[in-house]
Amino acid sequence: MIDALLSAATPFNLMLALVGVVLGTIIGALPGLSATMAVAVLVPFTFTMDPASGLIALGAVYTGAIYGGAYAAILVNTPGTPAAIATALDGFPMAKRGDGDLAVTISCFASAFGGIIGAMALLIVAPPLATIALKFGPVEYFWLAIFGLSLIAVLSKGATLKGLIGGALGLGLSTIGSAVVGGDVRYTFGNPVLLGGIHIIPALIGLYCVPVLLNMVATQDRHIERASEGRGTRIPEALGLMWRSKFNLVRSSVVGTVVGILPAAGGAVAGLVAYSEARRTSKNKDQFGKGAVDGVIASESANSATVGGGFVPTLVLGIPGTPPDAIILGALMVQGIRVGPQLFVEQASTVYTFIFGLLFATILMIPVGLLIGRTAFRTISSIPKAVLAPAIGVLIMIGSFAVEQNATHVVMMVILGAFAWVLLKFGFEASPIVLGLILGPIAEQGFVQGYLIGNAAGNIWGEFFGRPISLAIIGFTFLTLLWPLWSDRKGRAAKGETLYE
Amino acid sequence: MKRTNRRQFGQGLFATGVAAAALTAPSILRAQGFPSRAINYIIPFNPGGESDVTARFQQPFFEEISGQSVVIQSKPGAGGATAWAQLNGFDPDGHTIMNTIVPHTVLQPAMKDVGYQTSDINNVFFFHYTPDAIVVKADSPYQTLQDLIDDASSNPGRVTFGGSGTNTANHLASEIFSSMTGTSTTYIPFRGSAPAMTAVLGGQIAAAMSYTTQGVKAGEQVRTLAVATQERVAALPDAPTFQELGFDHVGGAYRGVAVPAGTPQDIQQRLSDILQQINANPAFKAQMTAAGYEVIDVPLGDIPAFIEERKAAYGPAIERLKSA
Repeated sequence: MIDALLSAATPFNLMLALVGVVLGTIIGALPGLSATMAVAVLVPFTFTMDPASGLIALGAVYTGAIYGGAYAAILVNTPGTPAAIATALDGFPMAKRGDGDLAVTISCFASAFGGIIGAMALLIVAPPLATIALKFGPVEYFWLAIFGLSLIAVLSKGATLKGLIGGALGLGLSTIGSAVVGGDVRYTFGNPVLLGGIHIIPALIGLYCVPVLLNMVATQDRHIERASEGRGTRIPEALGLMWRSKFNLVRSSVVGTVVGILPAAGGAVAGLVAYSEARRTSKNKDQFGKGAVDGVIASESANSATVGGGFVPTLVLGIPGTPPDAIILGALMVQGIRVGPQLFVEQASTVYTFIFGLLFATILMIPVGLLIGRTAFRTISSIPKAVLAPAIGVLIMIGSFAVEQNATHVVMMVILGAFAWVLLKFGFEASPIVLGLILGPIAEQGFVQGYLIGNAAGNIWGEFFGRPISLAIIGFTFLTLLWPLWSDRKGRAAKGETLYE
Repeated sequence: MKRTNRRQFGQGLFATGVAAAALTAPSILRAQGFPSRAINYIIPFNPGGESDVTARFQQPFFEEISGQSVVIQSKPGAGGATAWAQLNGFDPDGHTIMNTIVPHTVLQPAMKDVGYQTSDINNVFFFHYTPDAIVVKADSPYQTLQDLIDDASSNPGRVTFGGSGTNTANHLASEIFSSMTGTSTTYIPFRGSAPAMTAVLGGQIAAAMSYTTQGVKAGEQVRTLAVATQERVAALPDAPTFQELGFDHVGGAYRGVAVPAGTPQDIQQRLSDILQQINANPAFKAQMTAAGYEVIDVPLGDIPAFIEERKAAYGPAIERLKSA
């Protein structure tokens, strides 16, 4: 262990961790360039390094990219990566009211905290934790997706019907293309590009960013409030707020670690589940969606914790926890490293050097994140809209194209964007649509697989309702849906108000 | 007279030679100058999968032989169909090449309208196949393939086989298995071969209709009941072949490289030669074998016969899938 700690702390490995975090943060901050892409691009460079150093570089880029997504979410209301969806919900309202710098600083500390929890889980309890990945079968994923969808009710407070319509729309969009289960070709209108379905990244950019861009051009106000002079990065204030939310911070980090372990879930689901739990247990539910610090803390600590969590099944079972892990797993195989339970024994020095390297990278993220975040905030809040709008416009075009070097994705992004802008005029938000789009395939595949398995066993009801983890998730879903009603009623009763107005 | 004739004949021969040289020179030069810039190697699947990993095995050798860099680019979607449907839209100059898989490119167009036909894919070389393998969890009650077959015969539909997607090599293999053994099993499609293996390890399904590579990757957590090769697989010495067990089944996912329609014949030949040269390299072969892949050589000239042979082998199973 000490050896591994020392070899992770060699100048070369520390340099890799630092460069990796900086690169990752910048890539993640640009809409369209995701953590998966950042890792994929860098994999060939690591083949010349020894396995531990290569892994550290990849882990650092991955961590940085997941965090970098927060900037675009907070400052432009466009999640830079899918993992930052829940960050935009409260981060952007904070920026709107002039607390963009505080939101960026908080996201940095929350990410580092979550990342450290995830990496510690990997360091200390990886082998037993990995079995969680195996406990989740098709049915559990189905219910997890349903739980995620229940968040629509939370997100669309005051306009539940519109939220549900948006969610249904997203679910509908998610069915486009060739179905994994069944192979049916749906709603492609003969266009081979649509065979692959609506790609989540151009969709995210279109649905979130285009309306922001159009409003930026269409209105006179500032994009976000600029900081008053000499305010710095508001570190003490951020730390104070985090201390007050310590339970939220720990809970969200644990949620992120566990969701990261689940191979079909990932950062977006982790952020959303943690956000939902933070809101459910908060005393100030009304603040969520309007710039609640707790929302940013929950989302960012959870999505960063998925990095360490995702490595657990990747290294212990050879099952990639997240899409970037799949690429890293491929890189390990090319390097001739056989993953599996024996890895922690046979290749202990490589594995532990890597885990310590990941920890160092996560710690280095604090100064890097604060510096880059401060620059990003100053730039975006001070440059005139006449420069900002076209700059973002160019970036999102490149981002959509870069996903698969495909111009059709740019067209798809623009069409969805125009669509989202019109919908927004009628009061339909982007988040329920995106939720449907992300969770639809998980729910669909889980349902059909679960049905087939249940049918083969002659016990479909037992398959869906007879498994303990499924029942627990169903319970949480009801809790999320009914808790607000119950606490509302209790609150009003306590104040002596009438229950029915 | 005789002499003149001979001279004339000689001159004529020379002239013919020059003319022939003049006619063939551009193409010879073109093939010699190929590749003149970086090769774009498109993988129709996500990074980290078998197609991606084997392409990355090839990459350094390809670069060494051709002197040009090879850029691996991932265009996943619809089990590969998205990329294959776009193959013929790229410049036919040999600098864009694409990974293909049989049976996918035979099965997909036969089952649904996926935007391409089997004949639209111009393969230049098939470099390996990933053999089919039946994999169960280490603590599974099935010690041998016969145990699984017995269970499947006494409980029709009860045994669940997980595999990668619908209309794929795994799907076809499970259909072939059913007819070969006269049993009825339930095929459960997953989002890839890795998620199907996860479900095996988690005990949600009875077995994976998967590949040897998955059996190798999962190591001691699983037992491979049978592999679809001629000889036993070096990386899985304990796993019997289907032939040993009395079933005539050899095959899997045959991976090749294709070029857009209209790519000059000599460039196709050059690519085929490069890929064959990579296959001949012991270091490449060792990497492939250790991971569970079977290296094969199907060069350009043998492709039509190879595709016909595969189509014939899949025919009955495809008909049954269609009528299902």
